[in-house]
Amino acid sequence: MLKIRNLHAKIDDKEILRGINLDIKPGEVHAIMGPNGSGKSTLSAVLAGNEAFEVTEGEVTFNGKNLLDMAPEDRSREGLFLSFQYPVEIPGVSMVNFMRTALNEHRKYRGEAPMSASDFLKLMRDKKNLVEIDSNLTNRAVNEGFSGGEKKKNEIFQMAMLQPKLAILDETDSGLDIDALRIVANGVTKLKSPENATIVITHYQRLLDYIVPDHVHVLYKGRIVKSAGKELALELEEKGYDWIKKEFED
Amino acid sequence: MATDQNTILDEVTGGEYKYGFVTDIETEYIPKGLNEDVVRLISQKKGEPDFMLEFRLEAFRHWQTLTLPEWAHLNIPNIDLQEIIFYAAPRTKPKYNSIDEVDPELIDTFNKLGIPLNEQLALAGVAVDAVMDSVSVKTTFKETLADKGIIFCSISEAIREYPDLIKKYLGSVVPYQDNYYAALNSAVFSDGSFVYIPKGVRCPLELSTYFRINASNTGQFERTLIVADDDSYVSYLEGCTAPMRDENQLHAAVVEIMVMERAEVKYSTVQNWYPGDKDGKGGIFNFVTKRAICKGDYAKVSWTQVETGSAITWKYPSCVLMGNHSVGEFYSVAVTNNHQQADTGSKMIHLGKNTRSLIVSKGVSAGKSNNSYRGLVKVSKKADNARNFSQCDSLLLGNQCGAHTFPYLEINNSSAKVEHEATTSKIGEDQIFYCNQRGLSTEDAVALIVNGYVKEVINQLPMEFAVEAQKLLQISLEGSVG
Repeated sequence: MLKIRNLHAKIDDKEILRGINLDIKPGEVHAIMGPNGSGKSTLSAVLAGNEAFEVTEGEVTFNGKNLLDMAPEDRSREGLFLSFQYPVEIPGVSMVNFMRTALNEHRKYRGEAPMSASDFLKLMRDKKNLVEIDSNLTNRAVNEGFSGGEKKKNEIFQMAMLQPKLAILDETDSGLDIDALRIVANGVTKLKSPENATIVITHYQRLLDYIVPDHVHVLYKGRIVKSAGKELALELEEKGYDWIKKEFED
Repeated sequence: MATDQNTILDEVTGGEYKYGFVTDIETEYIPKGLNEDVVRLISQKKGEPDFMLEFRLEAFRHWQTLTLPEWAHLNIPNIDLQEIIFYAAPRTKPKYNSIDEVDPELIDTFNKLGIPLNEQLALAGVAVDAVMDSVSVKTTFKETLADKGIIFCSISEAIREYPDLIKKYLGSVVPYQDNYYAALNSAVFSDGSFVYIPKGVRCPLELSTYFRINASNTGQFERTLIVADDDSYVSYLEGCTAPMRDENQLHAAVVEIMVMERAEVKYSTVQNWYPGDKDGKGGIFNFVTKRAICKGDYAKVSWTQVETGSAITWKYPSCVLMGNHSVGEFYSVAVTNNHQQADTGSKMIHLGKNTRSLIVSKGVSAGKSNNSYRGLVKVSKKADNARNFSQCDSLLLGNQCGAHTFPYLEINNSSAKVEHEATTSKIGEDQIFYCNQRGLSTEDAVALIVNGYVKEVINQLPMEFAVEAQKLLQISLEGSVG
């Protein structure tokens, strides 16, 4: 589904990604871990098409198409979803209006007619229940005045609405209390299917207790320096990153 | 409920100024230029009584002593008034008894503008007065309104039919001495609307006037007078469009509103005069004086304006809060793009006790445009417990445009409570990227964000106008990013 080959990217002449290679197949969950500043969020931003970063080398194909050639909105319409670490507020724009516009753009891209208002509201209700999101959140402006936890729930709600093929969760667990973490993680798990894949970017093992990864990668200094099964996350939790850094420096 | 953003966007895709057509209709002009004879000629053409001619001449003589004001934050090219035609009228019967007598070309024009003059079609419950160039073409629903004692007609008709009301109120809110353009308008105004709501009557329909400049080289000087007697209510809308022409055209209107005890007037404008092309060529100069006097206690007036058109806008709808407990409100969205300039805001003059005023101004600038808010809040010595809250927000798109805020406060009573809040923001790249990531193009994202930003004001508009205003915003901002 997603193939990353030798990906390099920089911001303001500072190289952040220095040759990433990664293969993700449908149905898989990949966890990307690593110390602060290793390039985890940059990787998600580059995949989503954030123009603040410049790709200097490498290739990324998404379902056979050249991802790096696509505008950010087309990447979304092709089924790539990014759950933001810091979702922005858009004052005055209601969630209902926002989601309806987004969903219908996706449908238009696929050559489908816009969804009727009643079908849309029904879909919203169903998905709200799935992520246990408060009704009144969807009546408010996008993320405006939401608490940290509410913003993250809202990201997963949007993911449920858009049903992406590949979801990238960028530190979705940060700032969540234990109940919110469970709700968010359960939401993600319920959305899993053999056809879609998930990349979970996190610092901590605790999210992986709920969203069990098939593969765990450690990102350090812009490269994936270690890949293994889910047991790697536990090892990191126990021993920290120092041993990996050491292994890498040697 | 959420409006259908998609439909709106589809409709406007690729649309520049879609009201830019010219109607091919026989038009009667008077010679260009301005002098006392022209003033007499206009008055004569309209068959006005003597008092009206006197009014015009006095204004004209006063105007001759004035010079152009220069204080606004605008770059106004020299306007040669001797090159302007001061009166142009579609050449047909001066007065229509039924829709069948109106020139089909004219009806077609207003249909193109989405304004049904046919009463059967006007099911939306909006009574319309349509003004093309200098004359009122057709007023709908007159009979329905007359049953309630409401007068809604062209000002020319009112001058002939209701001279007592005109004598009493015309110039009572905006005297011709007020400013350069008010004096000019008083001398040469050709038509406009007149509304009178009698005591205790709530006007059951939205009253609406559409102004259309069609003829070239003409100025449009319309005059609107609204009188709301004790305990009455009316909601009034005006819409404005003009063809695309290379030369600048002058529009200098005067709107006067008189609000008596416990009466309420809502006045909404969607102004979409031709703004000129991308290089700043052509467009309407829109120099308008709008004022309301809340004469009686507990009177209320509310201005709502959406300004997207005109090459230059110069306009400060004002409220004189004379009655105790009277209330003035001003909600404004001013959008400028390309080379447009806007200097707009409001004046709230607190004279009575316990008067309240609210100003909500939202400016959106794009391209190389300049957008200024200029507002005055004045509290007189006797206006105990006056309260004002002003909120002026500016939104910038791109880095070649400008937003300016000039709030003036004159407070002469220590019990006054006056608050002013101002913000300037840019549409964040992170906001756009967030929308992109959900599948919205950058242009759609900007439209969505701008609509969210101005929602507070748009919500004040009557339903049909709100939808129209949203579409206008999108057209106005097309191509402003990227």
